[in-house]
Amino acid sequence: MAIASMKGKLIAVIGDEDTCTGFLVGGIGEINKNRQQNYMVVTKDTPALDIEETFKGFLKRDDIAIILINQNIAEVIRHVIDQHTSPIPSVLEIPSKDAPYDASKDSILRRAKGMFSSEDFR
Amino acid sequence: MSTRERINVFPSRMALTNMKLRLKGAQKGHSLLKKKADALTLRFRTILKKIIETKVLMGEVMKMAGIALAETKFTMGADIHNLVHHHIDKARVKVRSKRDNVAGVVLPIFEHFIDGSDTFDMLGLARGGQNVTKIKDQYLKAIELLVELASLQTSFVTLDEVIKVTNRRVNAIEHVIIPQIERTIAFITTELDEREREEFYRLKKIQEKKKKIRDVQEKVNAARKAAEKFEENKAANLLDDARDEDLVFD
Repeated sequence: MAIASMKGKLIAVIGDEDTCTGFLVGGIGEINKNRQQNYMVVTKDTPALDIEETFKGFLKRDDIAIILINQNIAEVIRHVIDQHTSPIPSVLEIPSKDAPYDASKDSILRRAKGMFSSEDFR
Repeated sequence: MSTRERINVFPSRMALTNMKLRLKGAQKGHSLLKKKADALTLRFRTILKKIIETKVLMGEVMKMAGIALAETKFTMGADIHNLVHHHIDKARVKVRSKRDNVAGVVLPIFEHFIDGSDTFDMLGLARGGQNVTKIKDQYLKAIELLVELASLQTSFVTLDEVIKVTNRRVNAIEHVIIPQIERTIAFITTELDEREREEFYRLKKIQEKKKKIRDVQEKVNAARKAAEKFEENKAANLLDDARDEDLVFD
């Protein structure tokens, strides 16, 4: 654990082509010795099961600290995300190109619902 | 049932002292835990506020990044997705985790750092180089923001859990343990009081009895004294006693 944190952990992405490309250009992409990618491109035809499998695979890898996932894709595997309760890796839902960010769907914010007033959302 | 209402102890003075100590300890623990819960809640609220702010900001940054990417796609002409996806090797941006401590709760804090050379320094060499630099900057900014958001979110989840546990403990002490100890103390006190009353009654009874005995004794003594006086008043007859008592040999 200490060594892993010294070396630095990865950020994983599950998203549409544009989101992935953007973050990869930002420099978070990595393919390890086993040819495992830390990102997944989801298209319209990707089955939900594949997304689920990849997501679970990311959760199991101990070199990943943060998982970014497009919100529309998160909706597809919402039950898996809701099951994940441990703090690390933290799952972040990000807006995608064709779906604006909807705070009311976010797992974390839904858990926090009732603790803040509606005007905080603006 | 009775163990739920009070702790099963023998009602003695020592048990009473013990219970009083326990009550004091429980009260101290209760106030400390309450303080801890308050500190955590305070932190929790600031984090919640920051999360909401950052989430809104993130929406904007992601939108800007998306626009920049679209521009780049347009100027580069070539299929940027393929170019990028085939050049992945080692991650340049990584996160490192530090630890923060709030009232004894360890919160992980993520921090991003750049390590190694830019894999995509040749990207956009032919066309759209400026735009490529722009999207790199934009997405780097987005990553920065998201890493911050991730650490906030992690703290949020951890704190949420810890606050629940602490509140449960505070309530348990307040509503179960302290009343139980108080009931035990009340039980011991009544029991001891009763015993004291019994003892008092017993002492009274003994005193009464002793007085009676003393009265009888006194009466006997008085009678004897009167008799003695009567004896003394009689004149001594020298002839009565034939012989003096032998002090030495008898």
